[in-house]
Amino acid sequence: MMSKFPTYKEVPIAGNIYDPGKLVYKTGDWRTFKPVIDHEKCIKCYICWLYCPEPSIDRTKDGGVEINYEQCKGCGICAAECPVKCIEMVKG
Amino acid sequence: MVAIKDLPVEELYLPGHRLCPGCGPSIAIRMMMKAAEKNTIVTTATGCMEVGTTLYPYTSWLVPWVHTAFENTAATASGIEAAYKAMGRRSSEQRKINIIALGGDGGTFDIGIQALSGALERGHDFLYLCYDNEAYMNTGIQRSGATPHGASTTTSWGGKKIPGKPEWKKDLIGISIAHGIEFAATASIAYWNDFITKVKKALDVNGPAVIHILAPCPRGWRYEDKDTLKIARLATQTRYFPIYEFNNGKYTLNIKVPNPLPVEEFLKAQGRFKHLFKPEYSNEIQEIQEFVNKNWDRLEKLTTL
Ligand code: SF4
Ligand code: SF4
Repeated sequence: MMSKFPTYKEVPIAGNIYDPGKLVYKTGDWRTFKPVIDHEKCIKCYICWLYCPEPSIDRTKDGGVEINYEQCKGCGICAAECPVKCIEMVKG
Repeated sequence: MVAIKDLPVEELYLPGHRLCPGCGPSIAIRMMMKAAEKNTIVTTATGCMEVGTTLYPYTSWLVPWVHTAFENTAATASGIEAAYKAMGRRSSEQRKINIIALGGDGGTFDIGIQALSGALERGHDFLYLCYDNEAYMNTGIQRSGATPHGASTTTSWGGKKIPGKPEWKKDLIGISIAHGIEFAATASIAYWNDFITKVKKALDVNGPAVIHILAPCPRGWRYEDKDTLKIARLATQTRYFPIYEFNNGKYTLNIKVPNPLPVEEFLKAQGRFKHLFKPEYSNEIQEIQEFVNKNWDRLEKLTTL
């Protein structure tokens, strides 16, 4: 969230945004259930990564995937689509 | 064809948007950006994707993005294209950029169709992508020209008087092809490879191209968030939503469905068709099945032309 609201003089004309990506609204607290990946079983197919609507699944340096809990809304699509069923939805 | 491992890891469509959990259109747009990549300008009509992704001072877009009113996203894309052409004539540097006009089904089938028709007729070099969640979802689920027959919405309530929406869905791709354009296609978020390939193809076309992608909506279709892809797959596997393309005069059914499931399987998975399973509307499902069969036969005939 922004610490203070800008005055009308500070708002760019037409509401243009010149630095997209700087402010990211956190949506992680929308969640009731959270996805947890069993990395032992993951085959790194990236299906979950491609289908996450947020996106809140990151690709890691070692070629795997990791959930970004700051953004994940807990829809459960990743768990439903994972071909080896290694994502579990747990409360929290 | 593309491989998932070859898709750019870099995100040009960021999280933090306020679209509902499990949003189908959001999946479509993210895939579109994976296909289009950096040199892209997007203009979006009012609709879910616009109100959800660009709440000031936030934005999900890392490419230049313009909001337009409900009716004129294709006109805005035309203007952007014309401006680039004019700038290109004045400078030695020639840049190839992708221009994408984005509209929901309301912004395309109903309110934006005049601007779309004009842009197609004038032959601007752009892609029009319609993400179809089959009603005005962002304003609270009102029926549109894309809402299918029998679906209950707040303005076509499936109750005692009518079996949901009495009319049938418009044929957007048929209308587009009738303008004499080179490329038009349907797609689905459940067939990502087909969709991403089509976006790339459409952007390569020198002139207008139209893609109509089915993108289920958990709120309006009334199913659990996690089932978005399952519902999208059922739509195609029952032949309810055929995936085909029209490329330079040739029709191709991209997803063959040799053993279709009965359309009932698609309908019964969603709350918006619940009333059709009451005894008083028992003929409706049969009617929808007949419509689906006829449409598939029509498309199969077109592929033999
Ligand atoms: S639960 Fe939904 S939002 Fe969260 S990571 Fe999985 S697909 Fe993304
Ligand atoms: S879908 Fe499952 S197996 Fe594939 S990358 Fe995601 S967690 Fe791993």
